[in-house]
Amino acid sequence: MRVKPRFNDVATVRSGLKKVNYLADDGIAGVVFLADRLGKPVLIEGPAGTGKTQLAKSVAELTGARLIRLQCYEGLDESKALYEWNYKKQLLRIQADKNSDSWSEVHDDIFSSEFLLARPLLEAITSEEPVVLLIDEVDRVELETEALLLEILSEYQVSIPELGTITAKQIPLVFLTSNNTRELSEALKRRCLYLHVDYPDLEREKEIVLNKVPDISENLADQIARIVRSIRQLDLKKAPSVSETLDWARTLMLLGIETIDAQEAKETLHILLKYQTDIAKAAKELSVTK
Amino acid sequence: MPVLDLMSGFIAELRNAGLPVSLTENLDAMEAVKVIPIEDRDAFKYALGATLVKNNAHWRVFETIFEVYFSLRGPEYAITQDGQPDDFWREMQEQIDQVNGQGEGKGSGGGMDSLTPEEINAMLMRALMSGDQAMMRALAKQSVQRFAGMEPGRPVGGTYYLYRTLRNLDLENMLQKLMDANRESSQQDLTSLEERLEKDEFESRIEQFKQEVESEIRRRLVADRGAEAMAKTLRKPLPEDVEFMHASRDEMQSLKKALYPLTRKLAARLARKRRHGRKGPLDFRNTVRHSLSYGGVPADPKFRYPRPAKPELMVIADISGSVAAFARFTLMFVYAIQNQFSKVRSFVFIDGIDEVTKYFKSTEDIGEAINRVNTEADVVWVDGHSDYGHAFEVFWERYGKDINSKTTVLLLGDARNNYHAAQSWVVKEIAKRARHVYWLNPEPKSYWNTGDSIVGEYGAHTDGVFECRNLRQLEGFVENLT
Repeated sequence: MRVKPRFNDVATVRSGLKKVNYLADDGIAGVVFLADRLGKPVLIEGPAGTGKTQLAKSVAELTGARLIRLQCYEGLDESKALYEWNYKKQLLRIQADKNSDSWSEVHDDIFSSEFLLARPLLEAITSEEPVVLLIDEVDRVELETEALLLEILSEYQVSIPELGTITAKQIPLVFLTSNNTRELSEALKRRCLYLHVDYPDLEREKEIVLNKVPDISENLADQIARIVRSIRQLDLKKAPSVSETLDWARTLMLLGIETIDAQEAKETLHILLKYQTDIAKAAKELSVTK
Repeated sequence: MPVLDLMSGFIAELRNAGLPVSLTENLDAMEAVKVIPIEDRDAFKYALGATLVKNNAHWRVFETIFEVYFSLRGPEYAITQDGQPDDFWREMQEQIDQVNGQGEGKGSGGGMDSLTPEEINAMLMRALMSGDQAMMRALAKQSVQRFAGMEPGRPVGGTYYLYRTLRNLDLENMLQKLMDANRESSQQDLTSLEERLEKDEFESRIEQFKQEVESEIRRRLVADRGAEAMAKTLRKPLPEDVEFMHASRDEMQSLKKALYPLTRKLAARLARKRRHGRKGPLDFRNTVRHSLSYGGVPADPKFRYPRPAKPELMVIADISGSVAAFARFTLMFVYAIQNQFSKVRSFVFIDGIDEVTKYFKSTEDIGEAINRVNTEADVVWVDGHSDYGHAFEVFWERYGKDINSKTTVLLLGDARNNYHAAQSWVVKEIAKRARHVYWLNPEPKSYWNTGDSIVGEYGAHTDGVFECRNLRQLEGFVENLT
């Protein structure tokens, strides 16, 4: 079931992602390229707010595919992730013609695809048009539920006891994101390519700010990126994420600030940092002369 | 060497370093190598990383091994022969001659040799000042060639060469010099914020330069000794396997970094375990509610999960020199997951004992609390050498009555008592009152009860003595605790 590769080389992925406003570094672009070529899912880990989910969305936009999203949570089960039998419809079917059909006919009939409710995972592999499957925050499901994903991740198929095995018509690009609140099972990791998305370096962060905040001056973006880098080096409970950097940049724009001085930085710190101890620490650090 | 051989050596080395590389991952890596050309070194590295390394804490180890095995690949990474400057260097030399106005022309022929150490230093400063990456890389190469004094076959480690190179470049004072120069060159006075930002920028550039020097030395050593031998000497334990008692400063840093995600995972796991550990009696109401979607048939019975009470914890830690790092880590660990316990109290001792719970209560920042424990706690009674016996006696007198049947007591230390009286009756009394008493010892098991270690004498009264040399063992213990 080999399909035509979507990308020619790593550089195309990178420039393509840039076109849809996602600034990838070499690692990110390389892994997306590999995922396409090897037909393997990508497991994305990293701190919150570094664009893990956005990557999947951007790839969908880039390839012109439909994004199917499975949001994971504790207690997610088969009937929410894979498929469910439509009991009500089955009941109706049985009651509708009580006398006419023989038992075996009814039996075969109510377990046909007409009575199957496709949930995101099944939907992704039965879809005719190209899709990108995003399994978000996979670390939130229990260890046992993870096993549900294994078949679809390695074979791109779903086995339904009453119907048989449904195989994918085309191999979708699959992204799993994890905030690393627990160790994922070896079995799951083994089936995936692993990508760790960390806070961007200075240059990339500056570019992201320039790209996402309209009308911001180069000088201000540079300053923002540098202050954020300095803050991230501190020993904080929660380092500022990229999305918080962007919020901060937008705030500064709204306030009409051209160059940041220590005072203004301190007054707007609560947008970057969400813990009082962190704010106090950063404020202290930024004003120290040394 | 063909890529295949190189790859199998590389993967064997990853496994030797402790990375769990499975057969399927190995095959994936081989597949990946087919579609990514080895010449594109960065992409190649990420491709291998994505298929082989599934835990970010292992990335550093992977990177080092990758450099050792693949550092001699690709033209820009080739080693320049001594005395034969590469094109880039020659070009740069010409530029410098122009800038300096040294028209004599003799400099360009001799390449590096024509420059005095002072000139190299000045060039490095200029490169760091402007953040010129290519220049920094070239300078790193040249300074290694010139200052490290590397000779083939010399059995000296890379750190020695690094030290020699950096000493000659006077990198320690570089930051100050850069800051001074920066201050002079700017027209108006810099605000403290700007200055701070500049300093961070320079620091990161100097760090980058250091890494360039380091990897250049590594490249040369690999060329001299071969990848396998080199990888062996560079082999370092993974963060979770670093021993508390012998960790270097760098390792301490990486330990600290590894600690936080570890505790977060542990806390999530424990919380989940508490909720789903046991099944309780049938929850009638909930069952009826869920039966509605099955037409009134209670097909999916629901149960009431019991919520067991959280244990109380008392940590009593020896913080004398040799085991201080261990005590610090254990305290950090315990406080990082303190919401898994109903109450945590902590005590530290050397030969006197002091309660330090208040330091952790007054701030959210565990690191700061630990610092205050180290500086403010009153733990010296006579001479500042460990005296478990006296510390325990005082503990029993002051706090013994607070121990009840819900309390779990953790004793941390190597039980090296300097031949003082053991007073092990205190441990016995504690064990009588408390729910559990455990002893964590950071020493390897084979050292227990040798010399002045009397862990056996104390341990006899506890519910168990555990070897706790690294994060992995500590995590395993805490998981079983709650």
